[in-house]
Amino acid sequence: MNPEIISPPPPPGETRRRSVTIFGVGTAGITMAGQLAAEDFAGAKLVAVNTDDSAVAPGADVLELAGRRLRGLGTGGDPERGRELAEEHFDRLQAACAGAEVVFLVAGLGGGTGSGVSPVLARAARASGALVLAFVTLPFACEGNQRQRQARQNLDQLMTLADGVICLPHQKAAKLLDEHTGFADTFRASSLRLTEGVRGVWRLLMHRGLIEIHFEELCALLRAGHGESCFASVEAAGITRARDAIEKLSAHPLLDGGQALATAATVLVSMQGGPDLSMADVNRVMADLNQQCPQARIIMGAAVAESFRDRLMVTVIATGHQPPAAPKPVSAAGEKSAPPATPGFDTELLHPTRPERPSSRHVPPAPALTLEQREQILAGQTGKPGRTRKPAPRLKQSTLPLDIVNKGRFDKSEPTIHKGEDLDLPTYVRRGVALN
Amino acid sequence: MFDSTSIIVGLELGTSKVCAVVGEINDDGALNIIGVGQARSRGVRKGEIVDPRAVEEDLRHAIVEAEQMADVEIRSVYLGVTGGHIRGFNNRGVHPVVSADREIADEDVLDVVKNAKAINLPQDHNVLHAIRQHFLVDGHDGIADPVGMLGARLEVDVHVVHGHLNRLQNAIRVVKGMQLDVNEVVFNGLASSLAVLSNTDKELGALVIDIGGGTTDYVVYAGGVIKHTGVLAVGGDHVTNDLAFGLKVPQGRAEQLKIENGSALEDHAVKGQSVKITSELGLPLNTVNLEHLRRIMAMRLEESFQLIAQDLAPAGLLEYLRAGVFLCGGGARIPEIARLAEQILELPVTIGKTNSVSGLKSTLDQPEFATAIGLVKFGSFKFRKREARPTLGQNLKSVFSKFLPH
Repeated sequence: MNPEIISPPPPPGETRRRSVTIFGVGTAGITMAGQLAAEDFAGAKLVAVNTDDSAVAPGADVLELAGRRLRGLGTGGDPERGRELAEEHFDRLQAACAGAEVVFLVAGLGGGTGSGVSPVLARAARASGALVLAFVTLPFACEGNQRQRQARQNLDQLMTLADGVICLPHQKAAKLLDEHTGFADTFRASSLRLTEGVRGVWRLLMHRGLIEIHFEELCALLRAGHGESCFASVEAAGITRARDAIEKLSAHPLLDGGQALATAATVLVSMQGGPDLSMADVNRVMADLNQQCPQARIIMGAAVAESFRDRLMVTVIATGHQPPAAPKPVSAAGEKSAPPATPGFDTELLHPTRPERPSSRHVPPAPALTLEQREQILAGQTGKPGRTRKPAPRLKQSTLPLDIVNKGRFDKSEPTIHKGEDLDLPTYVRRGVALN
Repeated sequence: MFDSTSIIVGLELGTSKVCAVVGEINDDGALNIIGVGQARSRGVRKGEIVDPRAVEEDLRHAIVEAEQMADVEIRSVYLGVTGGHIRGFNNRGVHPVVSADREIADEDVLDVVKNAKAINLPQDHNVLHAIRQHFLVDGHDGIADPVGMLGARLEVDVHVVHGHLNRLQNAIRVVKGMQLDVNEVVFNGLASSLAVLSNTDKELGALVIDIGGGTTDYVVYAGGVIKHTGVLAVGGDHVTNDLAFGLKVPQGRAEQLKIENGSALEDHAVKGQSVKITSELGLPLNTVNLEHLRRIMAMRLEESFQLIAQDLAPAGLLEYLRAGVFLCGGGARIPEIARLAEQILELPVTIGKTNSVSGLKSTLDQPEFATAIGLVKFGSFKFRKREARPTLGQNLKSVFSKFLPH
């Protein structure tokens, strides 16, 4: 749980040669890339991309996108300017990506540079033939609606352009800390979470595992999900490490106390242990996870490294349920027309793309629909949920009012969580049964 | 010196009531219940203490009442504990028999049980019970007592019940604060099962579900031994809370509605009916839809049974329960609950009766006393064991044998 735990680098014999370039984009991205640079990412090239001449990470190449219009003052929080600037320097970006098989893109969305440049950079990297994996943060809620909206829009763009996006809302990470933590510390801890994720994925790619997870598999997983794939990385040591790791995982705030696992569609589990990692340990972790995510497709990887003797590290990336959305057109020239803008009041509770529900006035053309669809619409019109037909949406619906329900006499006691469900809430509320 | 007394007290600090039951072992060695004291509990949530001072006060009332009724002074108790932190699992211990003639001695049995108890518990957890199931001698299963048999390798299966140390200590501290000794701490579910099951039931296989105020404890017996224990931190309080939320009435009123109009099954006959809520003066305040009330209750209870079934199903334990399911605890009073359990568990369900002890018949018949009576029964087993205590010489021998090289 402790963000300060930094795993020692693996011995070189166990790593695989794969050329990786890590881009830190924008001030936040560069800071995070700086944190990464402090550790030993053997063989990775670090590039800091910025639009002004401010903080620069040590040990990283600097790629300054200076434009006549900016006069060294940065984008001023306008992603449109950042995008234009990046388009101007598209060739340079592409050149920086040259030779890399995998590009990690680290950025904080919501500002000008991070939001504006990242999508273009992702496109440039793909154009140069690299696989792109983006690690981004979303701003704190207190940073205002404007930034949230920008961040959401750019997240959508990134999702269409990168091979995989792992996104961490700062707000979620802040839950990990107590409220008296300093402002700067909160930022640092939150970005440490993200770098932890970068490291977890890095390890997946670089270590020769007993059971390997292929990069393509990882990308497919991340692409399939909607932007907010949750990830959690826990480490436990000692003789009870398997059990401890499970407990830490199920209590992990980034997984909403296990709730994210329960509703996940796909879960990727990577285990890293020492030579003393026993089958029983692996079994225990997997059995528990299988139980916690009954509906998920679980992809598992395991690796053994000498440096992990007596320790066990479990990284979980869970992507939520999402009805298969129509593939978005990837426009090559620019994103003027591309992603649908999400409404400003979009919060974490609402998915960025919801399944469309016909309004009761509108009569859809009958021949275009299958029987099932027709039934769904009819059910929607009569106001009764299609109970037997669609278990998944019902489940999702029931999660919406959770935050409002008062738990009455159990308000202050330790919640009874069973497979991600809070049993203290009335059963009929959780199952979405209407009283009428 | 008080070891010689034949008074055994079971104390349960429950979510809905604090209850002390006094039992006496008569000269024939039979257990007789001679006193019961109880008080409404105010400081317990989900089986765990949240307000020690309130609990202390309630405890004092219960003890005084029990003392008056039984006309004895209570000095020590068998304390029942529960809570969502308590877990049970099965473990196997192995011990090689090293004596020259390969005969299994008492010490070997002690050692193998000790090995079985040496388990990797989560930090801060303590073993509450380590209950022997069967011995295995050279891989042969199902041996009840291996002493005197020949073999090279002795194994034992134990069922270990463990819980969070600090949370267990909380209950013990409150009792000790009253200048009472705690003889032993016993898991409530285990105590209830002792109260309601006969030896035949244990042999045939039975599931005891104790639906208390704050938790639902369950224990599975098969082939005469405990196979599984579990705690679900959901109980009668949750039903009340659901009703209070769903019907928009205060907790006290919800409790009353639950007792007066509750049922575990959703009955279509009540469709459209409603219940009038009246104030103390008899004036009508509000009406509550009976159908909603039943539905809320039925869903919660249904879910509890489903969760238990889900817990037992992976180990295939539901197939072993030939004596069926026994319900006890306050929740067993809910009308139709046996039928609901039958529907979900697909097993014969009965309301557990504490038949195996004598005395105060009218109180003993009530399902909510199963735990406290079971605690007394647990104490009586210990009492009999104490009577048959080994002599000093044997004691010393077993002490020294621990230090002898094997």
